[in-house]
Amino acid sequence: MIPKEKQVLMLERMTRIRQFEKALIESQKSGEIVGSLHTYIGQEAVATGACVALNDDDYIAGNHRSHGHPIAKGGDINKAMAEIFGRKDGYCKGKGGSMHLADFSIGILGESGIVASSVPVATGAALASKLKGKNFVSLVFFGDGASNQGACHESMNLAALWNLPVIFVCENNQFAVTTSYRDSVSVDHISDRASAYGMPGVLVDGQDALAMYEATSEAVKRARKGEGPTLIEGLTYRYEDHSLGLASVRRDSSYRTDEEIEEWIKRDPIEILKDNMISQKLITQKDFDDLEKKEIISVEKALNFARNSPFPEPEDLFDDLFTDPIKFA
Amino acid sequence: MYVEALNEAIFEEMDRDESVYYMGEDVRASIYGASRGLFEKYGEKRVLDTPLSENGFIGAAVGSSLVGMRPIVETLTSFMWVAMDQIISQAAKMKYMFGGQASLPVTIRAVMSYGGSSAAHHSDRSYPMFMNMPGLKIIAPASPEDVKGLMKTSVRDNDPCIIFEDSNLAGIKGDVPENNDLNEGELLIPFGKGKIIREGSDCTVVGIAGANTHALNAATELEKEGISVEIIDPRTLVPLDKEIILNSVEKTGRLVVVDPAHKVCSAASEIISVVTEEGFWNLQAPPVKIAAEQVHIPFTPALEPLIFPDAEKIINAVKQTIE
Repeated sequence: MIPKEKQVLMLERMTRIRQFEKALIESQKSGEIVGSLHTYIGQEAVATGACVALNDDDYIAGNHRSHGHPIAKGGDINKAMAEIFGRKDGYCKGKGGSMHLADFSIGILGESGIVASSVPVATGAALASKLKGKNFVSLVFFGDGASNQGACHESMNLAALWNLPVIFVCENNQFAVTTSYRDSVSVDHISDRASAYGMPGVLVDGQDALAMYEATSEAVKRARKGEGPTLIEGLTYRYEDHSLGLASVRRDSSYRTDEEIEEWIKRDPIEILKDNMISQKLITQKDFDDLEKKEIISVEKALNFARNSPFPEPEDLFDDLFTDPIKFA
Repeated sequence: MYVEALNEAIFEEMDRDESVYYMGEDVRASIYGASRGLFEKYGEKRVLDTPLSENGFIGAAVGSSLVGMRPIVETLTSFMWVAMDQIISQAAKMKYMFGGQASLPVTIRAVMSYGGSSAAHHSDRSYPMFMNMPGLKIIAPASPEDVKGLMKTSVRDNDPCIIFEDSNLAGIKGDVPENNDLNEGELLIPFGKGKIIREGSDCTVVGIAGANTHALNAATELEKEGISVEIIDPRTLVPLDKEIILNSVEKTGRLVVVDPAHKVCSAASEIISVVTEEGFWNLQAPPVKIAAEQVHIPFTPALEPLIFPDAEKIINAVKQTIE
């Protein structure tokens, strides 16, 4: 059995992600934040099950749907929120925004706005582990859309060829913006592609955090033993459309039906984990209600932290381009 | 020799720091010479032959640099196009985008071969495109001494550096100081420091990479006619030593910039822009840009030489500034 504290940790982090995203949707609607917003609601079990199976000194990298990954790895939601608000106390001092959260101090090597672009980067972190003779692993989140990018295929070949301790986690939320993976992937399952590189490919119910945890733990074990990479496909579903703030990708287009969305919401990842833990007698409904309240409060605090954080000053514009500033004409 | 000096620099840096490793295509066999002997000395853990996956392995180099490695990646300019996503979206942008959290000590050796009937796909001199992208340091050494000293500095630098190596220089000879003769015990050349490679008083010629060979030949010819040319090699394009160029133009009042890259938005364009903005009142004549013609590189030897800067074009340009 997965230890109780791990299960509780998963439930906490998934609830934190959900509440964080709900708060952001409100802030987006009220005009309090600018730019696009790719929410992770519905997909919480994938990142959380995967990240809880890692150690603190393992690395992750992710993509534009980027809030769930750092929170699942134990990131600071105050800094994450302040970043999305464009403030100085944000993770990236306001220069990265929603799609580029990063916390190098806890192994979050950053999210990438270019689809599949962080896959080679995470592969490189795993290469460093091998070259240095260390025991850390690297895990990368990417979507079904990214799985069709050359960067993904090149990285998987490299990782398998060099036996690198990397875990490729495909979050198949079934749509690249509006295009179904069934219309863009040549095989039935993205995990089927693993065999082409000579690595294990595992198809996991991405709504089941415990299944994600177990599959990732197995992959981590292999990676640490020097047995190379694993491809995990977590089949999941995003409840919202691709991006809030992108007017042309609203739900009124016919790429999916309300019925389909409702069907998936019936298999909500937080409900599944909570019910499972209650049936294991690990928690009660009241425990969950308390946990949820706590997370709602922590997100409110994060909102206040972000709102009270100053914007960067004009003199901060050129900072951090190079290690030592270069003055251009 | 240029390639040997480069090879020495790589050996010295790999000896000095275990986190330095070398990767690229056919580097163990060292078909271009710069990695000769590395595999024999440092073995398979530090000298990696890669599949033909430039985007994948340059990205992997970038990722490894984030967690403490110092990769030297060998490639050709013409193959960098397939790796642009990792070079631009990751290497160039990560440090800024992540608020300074990332450290990216990656050195990319970008070999430029041109002028030898390689045709359009294998003749790229692409540094101006990279100069246009914030976050990259752009190095263009033109002598054995400079390539050694700038390679060593690149490996120790914590930002992504691309060394554009002009393959027309690969076989050139030149003095490289012995480590024992140097106060620091080794050759390290700082970025952003240009070099006067020939002193003169009538016209400043700024040469980029292999253009300096033609500039020197032109200066020798012009001297016979009593025209004194000062040649400046900026050595690094980002950062650019503006002072050395502006000071020289202040002395000569004339400027010719010679650049093997295509002329539109070239390094020459940028240098002339700097001088006209910041040194305009010292100019006695309009600056002249001698750069590659704005057309693809044709295969045939009947046409290719028309494209690139040569001594004759430089001689005419210098005279034009004086007339």
